[in-house]
Parts: sequence; structure tokens; C-alpha cells
Amino acid sequence: MVETVEIERLFRHQSGKAVATLTRLFGDVSVAEEAVQDAFLTALRRWPRDGLPPSPEGWIMVTARNRAIDRMRREANRQARQADAVVLPSPDDPVDAVMDDELRLIFLCCHPALAMHARVALTLRLVAGLQTPEIARAFLVPEPTMAQRLVRAKRKIQAANIPFRVPPDADLVDRVAAVLAVIYLVYNEGHTASTGTELVRDDLCSEAIRLARHLVELMPDEPEAVGLLALLILTQSRRAARVDAEGLLIRLADQDRSLWDRELVAEGQELVRACLRRNRPGPYQLQAAMAAVHSDAAAAEDTDWSQIVALYDQLIERAPSQVAAMNRAIALAELSGPEPALAALDGIDLEDSHLYHATRAEMLHRLGRPELAVAAYDIAIALATNDAEAAFLRRRRGLAGGT
Amino acid sequence: MTQYLLSVHYVDGEGATPAEELEAAYADVDALNQTLQDKGVWVFAGGLHEPSTATVVRVVDGEALMTDGPFPEAKEQIGGFWILECADLDEALDWAKQAAVACKAPVEVRPFQDA
Repeated sequence: MVETVEIERLFRHQSGKAVATLTRLFGDVSVAEEAVQDAFLTALRRWPRDGLPPSPEGWIMVTARNRAIDRMRREANRQARQADAVVLPSPDDPVDAVMDDELRLIFLCCHPALAMHARVALTLRLVAGLQTPEIARAFLVPEPTMAQRLVRAKRKIQAANIPFRVPPDADLVDRVAAVLAVIYLVYNEGHTASTGTELVRDDLCSEAIRLARHLVELMPDEPEAVGLLALLILTQSRRAARVDAEGLLIRLADQDRSLWDRELVAEGQELVRACLRRNRPGPYQLQAAMAAVHSDAAAAEDTDWSQIVALYDQLIERAPSQVAAMNRAIALAELSGPEPALAALDGIDLEDSHLYHATRAEMLHRLGRPELAVAAYDIAIALATNDAEAAFLRRRRGLAGGT
Repeated sequence: MTQYLLSVHYVDGEGATPAEELEAAYADVDALNQTLQDKGVWVFAGGLHEPSTATVVRVVDGEALMTDGPFPEAKEQIGGFWILECADLDEALDWAKQAAVACKAPVEVRPFQDA
């Protein structure tokens, strides 16, 4: 008896390849998606009764192709005759062909002409193989809204003729960055839910890591892709230590490091070493390197803060941002004390960020200025976007002397 | 191949552009038009007079009513446009980037429905 969960898992892992190949064959991402979805529904009906086919992957590809051809015939589509001649990749073909299609599909879904939320939804639906209701739940939007978002995005791809191809070299750096940004956003959405009460939404985190892993397989020579994977894995390694029994956030410095997943730490550190060896550093590699430095320290006080500050300097040189400047100030506090850190924070424009005010509050608290610290915590709490973070800040405010 | 409308958007009522800047923009646009024609992507292009020269015609109960001024009364107005035939959106976006540089204004890229 094949369980529904097993069928869902198989489709999640295999359908991206089928969608990618059929998009190339039929020139229409919607046709490809619907055909694979039809195959999924057929599998849900048949497999529990007949058992798994010998090659589920091949079955999905062939069934979906036949569904697409049926549909085109029914709709008397002018591409139908062409579709009859469509030749599927056979198991003897080099795997490169399917991988090229998958890469094209990823670049299509992450095209900068699409809105960010559309890129994320498309990538999860078409590349990662999630079902629309799952994506809607993960992003806390009603299912019809998510379905509409996907329809609109696919419509734009078709109407505006967004190309299904790996971008030319001249655009590759920017376009890879756009793909990495989508995966990073998926991870972050799962890691720190921006709304709601549940701090960690594991499914999004593991999907993001799966996507990043796959991207590294598809683009092994892209050090930033390896850097992103390393960053996500090292962040994920601290998952068990990040939230306490009541679901409250625990800062890196206060985490029980014995709860860190040693296997993930080792894998992440190895990836960091591998990409840094290429000597083509970029923002994700540098952030991954910082995460690796933290992972090296058996206790918070063993952290090599001079290396962290140096990595922030490199990061800010390449990708200047107020957030990076704030995080550098936090590292500087550990290296040189709260006073220079507070001075650095004064030059940063992040008035709307609860993290900025929380950081200022922390420095003021350490400098023994309780009134100012409590006032800064009040602003941070008012700006916090999820319950776990607000609760954490209230606790810190209490420690700083607030009532 | 897909045809795209590249429309140049200006903010209405913003201070007049200095004459020499305007002249430079015209020269840049001329040069771009030449390139577009040489490359075979050019279908049509034109600059428009200011929005206040527009007249709107609408039919109400079978009768044509005319009103002065642009439709709608938006802050941003189309100052000119190109119609280009390109292989795909990426090519259209490349041209749009050059158009935005030449016109010093944002350019919207929108696909035509298939004829």
C-alpha cells in the first residue's frame, strides 16, 4: 500500500524536473504545470491500488507529457501536431539535459521582471513542487490569493515572453543574485516568521535548503550559491538552540551550544572552506564565513570577534547596507566595548527597525544608562513584528531596569 | 517574436528641463532610434505634446462628449513611446534601459496581444 504522504513526497522531489522539461517542450509553463498536476492526481488515484511504478520519475514525465498532448488536442491548439513529435529525455540520455532545463526553470521563476512575492511563489510551486495550499499556509495568505498570484505570474511570463533560458554571461551575476535572494527569502520566512506566533516554520527552512542544495548541483562553479547553502546550513544547525521551551528567542550568545547540530556545522564549515578557496568572495560567502567563525567557538566568549569585524568590513565594502553596518557595530561591541559600538550606531539610519532600537538599548544598558536603555526598548517593542520577539524584548527591558 | 510598447513616463508639472539638457536628450533619442532601425527591432516611435494639449472623447447614450485635458488626471503622463519587435522580454528590457537613459525618465515595457 503506497501512502498518500509518500506520493506527495515523490512529487515534491521529482515534479520540478518534469515541469522544467515540459516547459521547454511545449513552450508554456502553465501547460507544463497543469500536466504535472494532472499526473499527480492520477498517481494519487492509482498508486495506492497498483503500487509504485518501477520508475516513478519516468512515470511522472511520460504521464504528464501525455496529459499535455491530450489537452492540446482537445483545445485544437496549433502546437498539438508539434507536440506529437515531442521526444522525452530517455533514461540513457545524459542527465545534463534535464539539469539544464531545471536551471532554465529556476531563472524563469526568479526573473526580476516578476514581483518578489511572485518569484517566491513560482519557485516553491514549480521548482520545489509544493502544492498551492501548502505555499498559501506557509505565507499566511488565503489560498485563493496565492492561487491568483501564481496565475498572474504565469500569465505575465507567457504574455511578456519572458525567456526560458540560462541568462547570457553579461547578466549572469545579477540573475544568480536574484535567484539566491529568492531562496534566502524563503529560508528567512521560515526562520523568523514576520507575522504570527510560530517563530520557526520548518517546512520553509527545509525547502530553502533543498533548493540551495539543488542549485549547487546545477551550478557547481558558482561560489555564491555554495556560500548561500553554507549560510543556510550553519543557521539551521542552531535551530534546536534558538528557541526555549516557551517558544522564546534565545540569542546566539546565550544558546546552549551542545544543542547545535554537529553534522550540519561540519558540513557548513566544509562548504565555507570550499568556496573561500576559490577566492571569489561575495556577500553570502562572507556571511557564511561569519557563521562558521561562530560555529568554531565552543563558548560565546571564545568567539574570534576580530575576525567577525574584519568579515563585516569586507561585506560592507562589497555590499554596503545599514543592516550590515548595525551588525558590525554589535560585533565591535564584543571586540572593543559598548562605547565605540554606540557611536557607530548613531551614524546608522534604521529608525524603523526594532532590531536597531533593541541594539541601542543593549549598548545603553551595558554602559549603565538604564533610563535611556528602557526608553530604547520601548521603541523596539512597539516596532517588533512577531510575538516571540516582542516577548524577548520585554524580558530584556526588565533586566535593564524597566518596570 | 513579441511586440512591446515602451512608454516614457514624465511627472506632470515638474520644473521645465533646461534647454541644453533637452537638446542632449533629443540627440540621444535620435541616436537610439537609428540603432533600433539598424537592428531591425524598430516598428514605430513618437514623442507626444504635453498632456494639456489632449482631448478626451467618450460616448454617452450614443452621443460623443468631448472634454479638455488628459485622461485620467494623473500626476504621471506618457511623454512618448516606442513599439519594438523583440525576441523576448530580456531584449525589450535591454532596449528600455537605453531608452530610459536617453530620455532621463522611467520607461514602462508592456507586451502587445498577439495579432
